[in-house]
Amino acid sequence: MDDLIADFVAECRDMLEALGGEIVAWEAQPDDRSRLDSIFRFVHTVKGNCGFFEFPRLEALSHAAEDALADVRAGRRQADGALVSAVLAVIDRIGEMIAAIDAGEDMPGGDDSILIAALAPGAENNAAPLATPAAEVQGKATAAPRTIRLSVELLDRVMSTVSDMVLARNELARRLRESQSDVPVDGAFERLSAIIAEMRDAITRTRMQRIENLFVALPRMVRDLSAELGKQVLVDIEGGDVELDREMIEMIRDPLTHIIRNAVDHGIELPAERLKAGKREIGILCISARQSGNQILIDIQDDGRGIDGKRLVEKAIAGGTLEKSAAAQLSPREQLALIFEAGLSTAQQVTAISGRGVGMDVVRSNVERIGGIVEVDSTPGQGTRMTLRVPLTLTIIPALTVSIGNQHFAIPRSAIDEIVRANGESVTLEQLGGAGIATIRGRRVPEVSLAGILGLESGVAEKDRTLIVLRPAGGDVYALAVDRIHDHEELVVKPAAPAVMATGLYAGTTLADDGSPILLFDPAGLAEVGGVKLETQERTARIAEGPALDTGPRTIPVLLFRGLDGARRAVGLAVVDRIEEVARDAVKTAAGQLRVQVGETILPLAGAQTAELGAEKVRLFRLNDGAHEIGYAFSEVIDFATIEHDVIHADRPGEISGVSLIDGEPAELIDAHWLFAHHVGTTARLAEPLVCRLPSDDPWMQNMLRPIVEAAGYRVVGDDSEVEADLVIASQGDSIGSDEGRTIWLRTEPEPTGKKDASIYRYDRAGLLMALKSAGRAK
Amino acid sequence: MNELLLVVTIGGERVALLAGVVEAVVELDTLIPVPRAAAHVAGLSALRSRVLTVIDCMRSLELGITDCSDGIREAAVVELDGHHYALLVDLVEDVVEAQSNPAPLRAAMGPGWERASLGMVETETGPLLLVDVAALVGGVETKAA
Repeated sequence: MDDLIADFVAECRDMLEALGGEIVAWEAQPDDRSRLDSIFRFVHTVKGNCGFFEFPRLEALSHAAEDALADVRAGRRQADGALVSAVLAVIDRIGEMIAAIDAGEDMPGGDDSILIAALAPGAENNAAPLATPAAEVQGKATAAPRTIRLSVELLDRVMSTVSDMVLARNELARRLRESQSDVPVDGAFERLSAIIAEMRDAITRTRMQRIENLFVALPRMVRDLSAELGKQVLVDIEGGDVELDREMIEMIRDPLTHIIRNAVDHGIELPAERLKAGKREIGILCISARQSGNQILIDIQDDGRGIDGKRLVEKAIAGGTLEKSAAAQLSPREQLALIFEAGLSTAQQVTAISGRGVGMDVVRSNVERIGGIVEVDSTPGQGTRMTLRVPLTLTIIPALTVSIGNQHFAIPRSAIDEIVRANGESVTLEQLGGAGIATIRGRRVPEVSLAGILGLESGVAEKDRTLIVLRPAGGDVYALAVDRIHDHEELVVKPAAPAVMATGLYAGTTLADDGSPILLFDPAGLAEVGGVKLETQERTARIAEGPALDTGPRTIPVLLFRGLDGARRAVGLAVVDRIEEVARDAVKTAAGQLRVQVGETILPLAGAQTAELGAEKVRLFRLNDGAHEIGYAFSEVIDFATIEHDVIHADRPGEISGVSLIDGEPAELIDAHWLFAHHVGTTARLAEPLVCRLPSDDPWMQNMLRPIVEAAGYRVVGDDSEVEADLVIASQGDSIGSDEGRTIWLRTEPEPTGKKDASIYRYDRAGLLMALKSAGRAK
Repeated sequence: MNELLLVVTIGGERVALLAGVVEAVVELDTLIPVPRAAAHVAGLSALRSRVLTVIDCMRSLELGITDCSDGIREAAVVELDGHHYALLVDLVEDVVEAQSNPAPLRAAMGPGWERASLGMVETETGPLLLVDVAALVGGVETKAA
């Protein structure tokens, strides 16, 4: 707990330091929105944290300031001089308190209620003189040593020394090559090289830390939060042994905390609501980490009420962040992505935990700052999954080196969508009003020339250049024309000097293997300087996609995965609803085929034989054709891909419709149509099943007949049900009250009583099924 | 005041920098231009494994452009806010001891000098203008803003 408090203090102090200038600037210009936002985030963070640590005075202060600032943000209130002073007084008092917490002293005296009262609209400005100047507080604060910082700095120094060593070795290698050296010298040099490489490796590893350090505090936090909210939440944590750069762990601590708070506060319902919705009282929050290439994926999944995309759209329109016409074009995914817009929250009420629409925008900006991505996926009523994708380390990033003339530059690989030659078959370049448009396989993307952006001379004709399709974090694609591309390299990136960063083009600097500096581009910055409009572009790209698909070669987005039998397969992305993980014992052979229980539903399970299922967990895709669902078991997801090559079709219909080259290797294509036809078949349960009314007091009907009727796809109701029935089954001679739907009469005697008797003998199974079927078709 | 001063020549004029802020005097051989950066940023260079942002002092002082075509240039390496800069100068002369505190110079200087000046200091070789390293690094634009 002391560690956590120390972290909290250090964090607050960092923010206070950073805020120093902002506060002054805000005072001069109270209507400056970005300043307001950063001050708001500060009080929001303080509020969030001190609720957890039980600093009631801090919480009351920060909550009051947050309320006032939220009003200003929402435009309900103007930021006048009095409010600014009152907020500043509160921030100063927070600074004093944090200094006191750090020093282990008692909280400084003084009546907070005066400060809080001064925040109220129309309050007299009498609070400001009470506050200590912020500078003094900060001066005191910086004096205290921070061990974690020192150690990271030391590590950085060691790391940079090792980098020096590598460069010195390269230099030496060059000299050795030039001079005629003897074998023993070469041998010694080789050994030195190997040792240096090993050392570099080891030093990189020392910066790594198990993500467990981050996860260990979460169960307690969730417990306290849920207790406070009267909810029951079970936390399931996986993948604590994934290793991540120390610094990175610090950077994702806040975003992760925020997302979890949101999940508990807004996602998971109160126990009573959960029962009503047919869920277990206890909500489940799964937090898992896994490594995928040079990224770490952290999933935060709850089984709560989910996010209502339509509500988000309404809110965004009401808040003025979204045009009505634009709203209609948003895909469900884009609707959900609105939660990352500033000042948007679907919470009905503002609670002490979260729900003021700050948070998710902060989360996204924090994650993107470290080169990561936040994704959201949600099904109303079933839950929400947030995925944080962050690079493994902050300092070493994989990059592609390109050149213009004779100058080299680097582009972060994470932003690169694809690389095509400008004179390739699937690419056409056009000039519209002086702007470049590249059509790549039917998709129109804006094209800018790197030489043009940089104002450099390009030595290569336009058609001989290479186009790099870039997708900046959170933005849409554009193509960048470069003279040549060189190499994929892992680069140690350092921040560049302010004068260099001021161009907006660069994310940092790095050193090439020969020791010469290389500038690393910021893809979003390039687009901005190049005049590419990332936001409006998004829609035109989609529009161009539609008609272009008819003429160009068709590409089908697929999910590439490995089946339980190890085969490389692909399934159309459109039919995959979601990926589930269930316990092994949820899979059983029942009613003639493998079935899996997922939550409250039982789905037919394809892609597996009983023997192939592992011992513990089974991962499966939920495939959906719009009406039915089936599960498809797999062992791992490889990647998203598109089918661009020809498909070699299978000889006879089956689970596999054919094979095609995907990402250079053959993959079997799952025939979703066959799967549904085969597994769902005649026992399909329609989304809106037909209703059949059976007399509830007839034991024969209920015990013997009902299963047959249900197997035919009917929903069975009793006499007293209000539902309008499509079919009524009654014993011959009984009277039925209404003439709704169709009626099947059953008789107990094998032989009909007369020619006009349309009744069916009750053990005439074939006749019964026929009648049930034709009744269904009549509908 | 017994501060040590590094005497350098910029644009043909002998001036002084506080020796305490100068980490090293180096000879730069590589210079990688930074397209689109402010004019006084001559480019990037590397000192061991550190990237140096090279500042053309003549540009900062609005005296013209340092000619970098002949390859090796002398530069003073300084650290400012965690970043390392190499200040391109014509010549690094000597380290001398300041014999007075900087005093305001009342005569009119060129606008570039005016901005970067910290005042005049007396040394055994006569009065020298003490130049503010931060102003050199900041260049023309930052002061104007």
